[in-house]
Amino acid sequence: MIERERANRRLTLRLFGVALAAFAFGFALVPLYDVLCDITGVGNQKNLLKASVALSHPDETRTVTVEFVADLPSVGNWEFAPVVTSMEVHPGRLYEVDFVAHNLTGRDTVAQAVPSIAPGKATAYFRKTECFCFTPQSFKKDEQRNMPVRFVVDPALPKYLDRITLAYTFYDNTTRTAALN
Amino acid sequence: MANTAHADHAHDHHDHKPHGLKRWLYATNHKDIGTMYLVFACIMFFGGGAMALVIRAELFQPGLQFVDPSFFNSMTTMHALLMIFGGVMPAWTGLANWMVPMQVGAPDMALPRLNNFSFWLLPFAFTLLLGTLFVPGGAPAGGWTLYPPLVLQGGDSFPFTIFAIHLMGISSILGAINVVVTILNMRAPGMGLLQMPLFCWTWLITAYLLIAVMPVLAGAVTMLLTDHFFGTTFFTASGGGDPVMFQHIFWFFGHPEVYILILPAFGVVSEIIPTFSRKPLFGYESMVYATASIAFLSFIVWAHHMFTVGMPLAGQLFFMLSTMLIAIPTGVKVFNWCATMWKGSISFETPMLFALAFLFLFTIGGFSGLMLAIAPADFQYHDTYFVVAHFHYVLVPGAVFSIMAGVYYWLPKWCGRMYNERLGKAHFWLSVIGVNVLFFPQHFLGLAGMPRRIPDYSTQFADWNMVSSIGAFIFGFSQLLFVAAIWNAVRSGEKAPQRPWEGATGLDWELPTPAPYHSWETPPAANILPKPGH
Repeated sequence: MIERERANRRLTLRLFGVALAAFAFGFALVPLYDVLCDITGVGNQKNLLKASVALSHPDETRTVTVEFVADLPSVGNWEFAPVVTSMEVHPGRLYEVDFVAHNLTGRDTVAQAVPSIAPGKATAYFRKTECFCFTPQSFKKDEQRNMPVRFVVDPALPKYLDRITLAYTFYDNTTRTAALN
Repeated sequence: MANTAHADHAHDHHDHKPHGLKRWLYATNHKDIGTMYLVFACIMFFGGGAMALVIRAELFQPGLQFVDPSFFNSMTTMHALLMIFGGVMPAWTGLANWMVPMQVGAPDMALPRLNNFSFWLLPFAFTLLLGTLFVPGGAPAGGWTLYPPLVLQGGDSFPFTIFAIHLMGISSILGAINVVVTILNMRAPGMGLLQMPLFCWTWLITAYLLIAVMPVLAGAVTMLLTDHFFGTTFFTASGGGDPVMFQHIFWFFGHPEVYILILPAFGVVSEIIPTFSRKPLFGYESMVYATASIAFLSFIVWAHHMFTVGMPLAGQLFFMLSTMLIAIPTGVKVFNWCATMWKGSISFETPMLFALAFLFLFTIGGFSGLMLAIAPADFQYHDTYFVVAHFHYVLVPGAVFSIMAGVYYWLPKWCGRMYNERLGKAHFWLSVIGVNVLFFPQHFLGLAGMPRRIPDYSTQFADWNMVSSIGAFIFGFSQLLFVAAIWNAVRSGEKAPQRPWEGATGLDWELPTPAPYHSWETPPAANILPKPGH
């Protein structure tokens, strides 16, 4: 009988140990989850964290000039221009600017803007959170409207850069336009 | 007869039990504690059932008739918490308390005082939980799955709910430890593990699942608590956390949890079907291995509850295929039960009727589970009434019916008196018709796109909702017959013989009827032990 009680106590303590280990495992799932995300690249935690830091701590001591340029592959079919040609911005703060486009092709059409950032080194530090260039834009005949772009300049922008140019070229999207007409 | 006389003699000697309230407050006897568990589960079953009827009354017609939407959401949340943690789990622990020592030839559970503690935690846990109905902001309304950030926005009920879940968790971990120690250390001399009845086997595996995953739930809700009150950001994106991570941790607990609710049912049915088919169970060992593989698979399928949160394709494929793999051991079980009945001399007493309904209706729930496992199709079914229909099919005619089957089956052994067969059959037929009228139309509603957890719905869902609500009231009120049948048996049932069922085998049926207060004070003789792989 004593023998059995000792065995019972031993097994009970072991099972308590398993329960405690399971409790710890619940918390261990938190770092494991991050590791798994890193390996698979799902819900990239580091980028999310960087983005939230960039948005919450603007660098007020630093000013960068951002210039806006609008380009057309052929003159005469469109009017396309930024509302302002340049802006002084603080890295880490969210800004919004408008580009205005006017359809002079004489028909309903779909156009697509293609962005380009100069100098090339700045590309990695210029983040557009919302842009009319993300999707094809459809215009009625003679329609004119403003299209927004929102952006943040990363505070990690190298010190020697103080001027960034954002340029758009506005192309007629021929296949989509053909489908439209 | 000699056996009975001997037992009566033993009865006089050993049945010193405290009387009145002390017998229950200080209970260390496995039968007393088992009874308390079962009575508690029954009360919770009716409480949770009343909440379900509030839900179905509100959904009887489109529009808002009886309750406001926030209270409606509290009802769905509380219904789930009461039924899972207060109804089904304590009912299984109660049955384990009664039957495991009797079936393995032990005088009592291995840890009687721990047993008392694990039961008495429950009334406190549910007082905390039900108390939230009266706090500012009302009872928890974010769903029993407690997803952040919604659950963190609840009113004062939040900390009460978390502590209630902690207490329920501790209670079931302690209960599980007790079952494992009893089964592994307290078996009659000479009884091998593969000689145990399947109810003990399925409970042993269930107990290991409980010990492995209830602490994980405790961890998850603790993280919610510190996120809410102590500024941690486990599940808050602005601090580098991720609300989706809660779903991963929760379902790492949640999927094994659904097998915790159903595995003991497999055990009960594996005892009842051979008894009333008058044949030994077909494929005893394959039943044991199938149960163990279901338990193992339950740890690697959790993300099928959350296909829609965004997951790499490889992840969706893995969780889809591993989920479908569960159909194989489950199919082995269903095959074995059918093969047990094959050419058996079957009779249809109430326990057998409930076991047969389990077999049919649980399998329907299994099939809709396979449909939900298909990741691309799940995007359509996710969070609709199809899911509600699926899990109610496996939980109500699955787990709850087999609890009732077990109660009807063992009641004569417990109280020494037979239940009224006519009353039992009336209860069965009303239940089985009610439950199908209640849940089958919910498949149609879900496929047509009706979302779950809403108090109001578009008019195209009106007809089937009305049918479902009618079924709910039939099913709900017919459960009063269950109480009536038990009450009637305990008060004035016919005296039951030692082996009330002709085909019943196992140590539990070797004891006199009613079972003596202490089961096997002298270990059973070797010649009455069940044969290996019986």
